Amino acid sequence: MSELPPFVLYFVAALLVLASRGMVRNIILLATPIIAALHIWLNIETGITSTYTILSLELTFMRTDKLSLIFAYLFCLASFIATIFALQVKDTKQQVAGLVYAGSALGAVFAGDFITLFIFWELLAVSSVVFIWARGTERAIDAGMRYLVFQVLSGVLLLAGALVHYQATGSMAFNHIGLDSTAGWIILIAFGIKSAFPFLHGWLTDGYPEATATGTVFLSAFTTKVAVYALARGFAGEEILVYVGITMACFPIFYAVIENDLRKVLAYSLINQVGFMVTGIGIGTALALNGAVAHAFSDVIFKGLLFMTMGAVLHRVGHINGSNLGGLYKSMPKTTAFCIVGAMSISAFPLFSGFVSKSMVMSALVKEDYSYLWLFMLFASAGVFHHAGIKIPYFAFFAHDSGLRPKEAPINMLVAMGLAAALSIFIGSQPQYLYSLLPWEAEYWPYDATHVLAQLQLLFFSALAFVWLNKQGLYPPELRSTNLDVEWIYRKFLPSGFQRGLNFFRTARETAMSAAIAPMHRIRHSFSQSSIAQYHLSESWPTGSMVLWISIILVAYLLLDIFVYG
Amino acid sequence: MSKKFENTHIFDNPRNVKLLLAVFYTICVLLVVADFLIHRHITMEWEKIPAFYALYGFVACVLLVVVAKLMRKIVMREENYYDE
Repeated sequence: MSELPPFVLYFVAALLVLASRGMVRNIILLATPIIAALHIWLNIETGITSTYTILSLELTFMRTDKLSLIFAYLFCLASFIATIFALQVKDTKQQVAGLVYAGSALGAVFAGDFITLFIFWELLAVSSVVFIWARGTERAIDAGMRYLVFQVLSGVLLLAGALVHYQATGSMAFNHIGLDSTAGWIILIAFGIKSAFPFLHGWLTDGYPEATATGTVFLSAFTTKVAVYALARGFAGEEILVYVGITMACFPIFYAVIENDLRKVLAYSLINQVGFMVTGIGIGTALALNGAVAHAFSDVIFKGLLFMTMGAVLHRVGHINGSNLGGLYKSMPKTTAFCIVGAMSISAFPLFSGFVSKSMVMSALVKEDYSYLWLFMLFASAGVFHHAGIKIPYFAFFAHDSGLRPKEAPINMLVAMGLAAALSIFIGSQPQYLYSLLPWEAEYWPYDATHVLAQLQLLFFSALAFVWLNKQGLYPPELRSTNLDVEWIYRKFLPSGFQRGLNFFRTARETAMSAAIAPMHRIRHSFSQSSIAQYHLSESWPTGSMVLWISIILVAYLLLDIFVYG
Repeated sequence: MSKKFENTHIFDNPRNVKLLLAVFYTICVLLVVADFLIHRHITMEWEKIPAFYALYGFVACVLLVVVAKLMRKIVMREENYYDE
């Protein structure tokens, strides 16, 4: 019993959900994360390795250490909160997908070998796309398809890289991989797609905003965080990740400032936050890795909280465009308050969760003498506050009064948001509990006068910039628009290139045909003008008459042959 | 709904907005003053600049918005750009 992999609980629950309905189904949905978390807490210790042989494949379903355990707790917590938030949605396919999705995330973090990891990697892809398709719009179905292509591609690369790795080392065990081999690079790209590396991130900003109001909350919790876990295990200390992470932290904030769809703003800020984690993994010291993991933990909760508040608005209003919102605090005051807590957490205000985790990565940058890069990350920190911390709550709940007076979010949504908000404040003000779960040994305490003052100055003056720009009328207004990003390459450039190629071949064929047909017409024309054309037989009669004449001639020959020469 | 009910919301009254901003500006000033009162443990060259974080935060955000506005000229398209 003690070695029962936790994903089994989720998969069994998914079957039970299919077989039940109403109250019983709700109880199963809510109980599963609690039972799984208790099972992990009571029965599963670090240092377990248990292997099962299935179809002559040796699969290590359970390999436990502090790194896998903290992610396992996180995923149970996230699925619990997201399930409460989605409780009013009576959609069987989303409920089953939620359980399979969360279960697969648990399966992936306990996977000890590449094949097991690959299986859960693909299950994550297939189960999560349901949340996008469940929206039912044409846009969502297209976006879901593009999302799935990227996710499956990531899985295929993972498998390919794993096989090359096996060729080279003779082992399928999933441990530190590094970048000394071809296999390492292939697997890095596989992980990179799932963690939304620059240029590989299109699926995220394209897909997440199209998902259902409750679906995005699930999506934001698992896929990228499983990828962060995989990077931390496989590529800790690879310096290239420092630069990748900084790029991820910096470029999305520009898009976030001009984006109108507020859930897309959050999708960009998700990439920005994952950038901090990837940088931490790239630095690779105990403090930095702990920072990356701690930040993943707090991010799942506060980003989930922000997606929940926007989901609640979408649920009540029917759209989530900044240009057509505003003044919602009047009728949704509780959602507004929770959104502000989420905004302060992601912006890393002291006493909120982002502060105690992000600052570990920042301190690690300073300790390892990346002082110029540290400036970029400080820029990204200020930028986060600007778009996620101010823009989201301001344009949704304040700004100009849109006249909308939607009802406050349903009670289950409020409970879920309240829980996430309470956790964000708890982690931020009592970080010792989160720190005690961290995998590596490193002394760190975020609260000292210098650090708190520095952070407050940074944030308050970022806010001052917002106030000043707004008063001067310099702040870019929210406009209904599409902003071109990397997805343009495969949604517009390549398809139009393909279309152009098709057109080229079509015109080429037409030219060739007309070039070939024109002389034939000319020959026929000149023939019809010639004197031979005067004869009866050379007229353009049907083929049948020609056949008839030939047969008559042949018969004549035959008769002559028999009777005259015979 | 009557107009009276609508007016009860907190930021409908301009005085409340002014008050909020006044508190906000005061905190900003106090934070800069605190920079000179609190003994800071400095680890980096940049931090020697007085009120470095305040300056950096302000400049970074203005820069961010200016660049993002310029970006709109290049990347912004119709809302239904991809659907056409």
